[in-house]
Amino acid sequence: MTGFLRVEGLVKRFDATLAVDDVSLELARGEMLALLGPSGSGKTTTLRLLAGFETPDAGRIVVDGEDVTRTEPVARRFGMVFQHYALFPHLDVGENVAFGLESSGLRGDDLRTRVARALELVDLARFERRRVGQLSGGQQQRVALARALAPEPRVLLLDEPLSNLDPTLRERTRKEIRDLIRRVGITTLLVTHEQEEAFDLGDRVAVMRGGRLEQVGTPDELYGAPVNLFVGGFVGRSSTLEAMVLSVAGAATRVRVEDVEWEVDPGPGRPLPVPGPAVMLLRPESLRLSPAGPNAVPATVSSRRFVGPNALFALRTDRGASLEVAGPLAAAGPGDRVGVVPSRRSGGAIHLFQDGAG
Amino acid sequence: MTVSRRDKLLAAGLLLLLVWLVVYPILLVLLEGLRGTSGWTLQYVRLFLERPTEWRALWGSLWISVASVVLAGALGLPLAVLFARYDFPGARLLGALVALPAVLPPLVGVLAFLFLYGETGFVSLLVQRLSGMQEPPWRLQGAGAVLLVHAYSMYVYFYLFTRASLASLDASLLEASASLGAGRWRSFRRVVLPQIYPAIGAAALLTFMTSLGSFSAPYIFGGGFRVMTTQIVATRLNGDNELAMVETIALTLLALVALAAFRGSRAPDAPASGRKGIAPAPRALRSRGLRLGLTVLAWGLTALLLLPHLTLLLVSFVPIGTWTVEPLPPVYTIQNYLTLVQDPVRVRPLLNSLWLASVATAAAVAIAVAAGVLGIRHRVRGGRLIESVLALPWAVPGTVFAIAIATAFSVRAPWAGRFILVGTAWILPLAYLVRNLPITSRAILTGFRGLDPSLDEAAASLGASRGRTLRRVTLPLLRPAMLAGASLAFVTAFGDFVTSIMLYTYDTRPVSLEILSSLRQADVGVAAAYGVVLMVVSGVVFAVGADRGSAG
Repeated sequence: MTGFLRVEGLVKRFDATLAVDDVSLELARGEMLALLGPSGSGKTTTLRLLAGFETPDAGRIVVDGEDVTRTEPVARRFGMVFQHYALFPHLDVGENVAFGLESSGLRGDDLRTRVARALELVDLARFERRRVGQLSGGQQQRVALARALAPEPRVLLLDEPLSNLDPTLRERTRKEIRDLIRRVGITTLLVTHEQEEAFDLGDRVAVMRGGRLEQVGTPDELYGAPVNLFVGGFVGRSSTLEAMVLSVAGAATRVRVEDVEWEVDPGPGRPLPVPGPAVMLLRPESLRLSPAGPNAVPATVSSRRFVGPNALFALRTDRGASLEVAGPLAAAGPGDRVGVVPSRRSGGAIHLFQDGAG
Repeated sequence: MTVSRRDKLLAAGLLLLLVWLVVYPILLVLLEGLRGTSGWTLQYVRLFLERPTEWRALWGSLWISVASVVLAGALGLPLAVLFARYDFPGARLLGALVALPAVLPPLVGVLAFLFLYGETGFVSLLVQRLSGMQEPPWRLQGAGAVLLVHAYSMYVYFYLFTRASLASLDASLLEASASLGAGRWRSFRRVVLPQIYPAIGAAALLTFMTSLGSFSAPYIFGGGFRVMTTQIVATRLNGDNELAMVETIALTLLALVALAAFRGSRAPDAPASGRKGIAPAPRALRSRGLRLGLTVLAWGLTALLLLPHLTLLLVSFVPIGTWTVEPLPPVYTIQNYLTLVQDPVRVRPLLNSLWLASVATAAAVAIAVAAGVLGIRHRVRGGRLIESVLALPWAVPGTVFAIAIATAFSVRAPWAGRFILVGTAWILPLAYLVRNLPITSRAILTGFRGLDPSLDEAAASLGASRGRTLRRVTLPLLRPAMLAGASLAFVTAFGDFVTSIMLYTYDTRPVSLEILSSLRQADVGVAAAYGVVLMVVSGVVFAVGADRGSAG
């Protein structure tokens, strides 16, 4: 499969800082990719390079076989939904949606039909003559989507599409966006710093840090097999412990951690660890509380947080490390002395990272 | 967005145009002051330095400006606190009325003062009659008179700036201060004052620069008291052209040094809390006596401050020669106004001012919009430089620009960018334009800064060309800022006196000069009628600009 949208070795430098450092991506037609990263990771710059608002210092952007790297944004036919929507405040809803259609010379009945169809798509059929200032945040966002989609762009770009919404609205809007984009079937790239958003909306997720692409994969791959500590820590809940790898035997790798020995499963798909120091990335569900025993890391419960039928226990080990462990509510309470051991139920959720690998 | 070659060329062109209009004439003045018939010479500089009158004028400019700041502040600050912090009957109306002088041309203020406190003015006659004196009780002349007019017309800067700043205070800061045990005085000193300090500084600077460049008041009331602006005009009328150039340079230097001193001593910017939160509500006074006293004081002050303009209105309805010694005019007529519209000679200046100001305003708006599009929207390198050149005329007194433009455009040397415009109809719009660049561009560039840059990008991603984006998105959104900038420019140009007096021709004489000549012919009623027209047009244009500006 050659991608419908291909980004090859994109580089963008602002004065001394390398904002985007050799980023390559490939999106299939109709695929939705989420660019995930903390602020300053270069994800928004990547999006702006795609939209044509910035010119890359190196690299190519190819869409449907056409190199658009030097194409002006005006001629690129990429639709964009801006973080703050950038609706034209002096135009009404219909005029906003018509704006892009008029650029391609559409007038009269054709124009009206297309505007009506776009507004219907986002369920705002009766809002055509409203002023944008009269709309709620969620409605404004739908207008922005309708405006971007109306001219039938080749690619849709979304910049933090949910960051401007009330937290209570986010989940619903997320579902609406996902359904809408699936229905339209447009190739979409979205930028977000919220992992939940990225996992929910993206067919695949690309994690960025410091201008570089750290890992691209499905949500399952990123959670289950992070390539480094950063991705592992950025995606999902986790804590870390320093460890010493003693012997390597596949699913029964022995490590020394805080004076006790654990047998852990480093999981498939990663280079086998070698004896020596390592950092363990631990998901809350990959640990369990146990009575203090010879193989349990001694710790004290500092707090307990309810999550559905279970609880998340924040612990401090006797050596001073912080851990987060999932378990039944009744397992312990704040101030209790407990032991921590790897949970056998979740296979492969303990990741060992050694020098050079993160 | 990437900067296109065309933008770079346009920006270079704009910069060149501005340098030619703003910087070049001043440089020419500098050159002329240092050149004699046979090459470079310091002879005129020496002449300037040797003459005590020059030093006296320079000193006069400086001290009168400092004194104006002190006096205008003493009047404007309490007024601002009074109207921003206390509630009493009529507070809103009076608060607006007190700000009126802000929109009036300086010459109108001077005229109004003349009719009120001048030797044959309303108040002087009243005092003379009541006391049974033979002579007028005072002569409205000299430094004191100039200072009075300055304080009276410039307190509005302090009033408006401080009031706006007080209104933008966050009430929770005062509540926090009170909850931390600070009394009212300590709260004012430690919390309120530091926040309004920048506003006071800005008002002081504006007052100082306006006084330094003030011409109308010292020209009409100065008598033997000379300041640099009047000195320059007098020297030029004497034909000592080179000396006038040196004087112009001296005044410019004084302005620049003052500006630098102000910038250097400026208080740190207001804390970041900015405009968040809710402004403190005006305090209703509990004590009835205090409330009554405050109300009387506010009404009295307002009446006092507006009295000159009411007098102007009154005089405009008095037939020529009928009001001599009576405290109130015996006869009223609208003949003065009819003269303005019926006599072709009298109509002419009104029409002149109208078109001169319109052309200058349109040009200033166009230049400011071009600067905004290139520098702020398209982020062309050099945008900052363009902005600095646009702001430059603000630091230079009007008289200086009048001299500079008269110098630059009285010679035909196309290869050096000099053409003969003096004596043509185009010299006044050009001078007004240059003078208006700072206020117009400040309003419009602020508007540009307020535009969300992603609107441009949204338009581009929707396939709109730059022209269409400008037409459909940028300009409609900028309308409020453009109206505000245009109204300020128009009002300034419509009532201009200081540049006009040096550059006008008989055919292009503006209203201000016709007022002057009416006064000289003792045609007081007509002069007052012109003044009222200036006042009303200025007020209306300004109100429309501000109203549309905020509603748009």
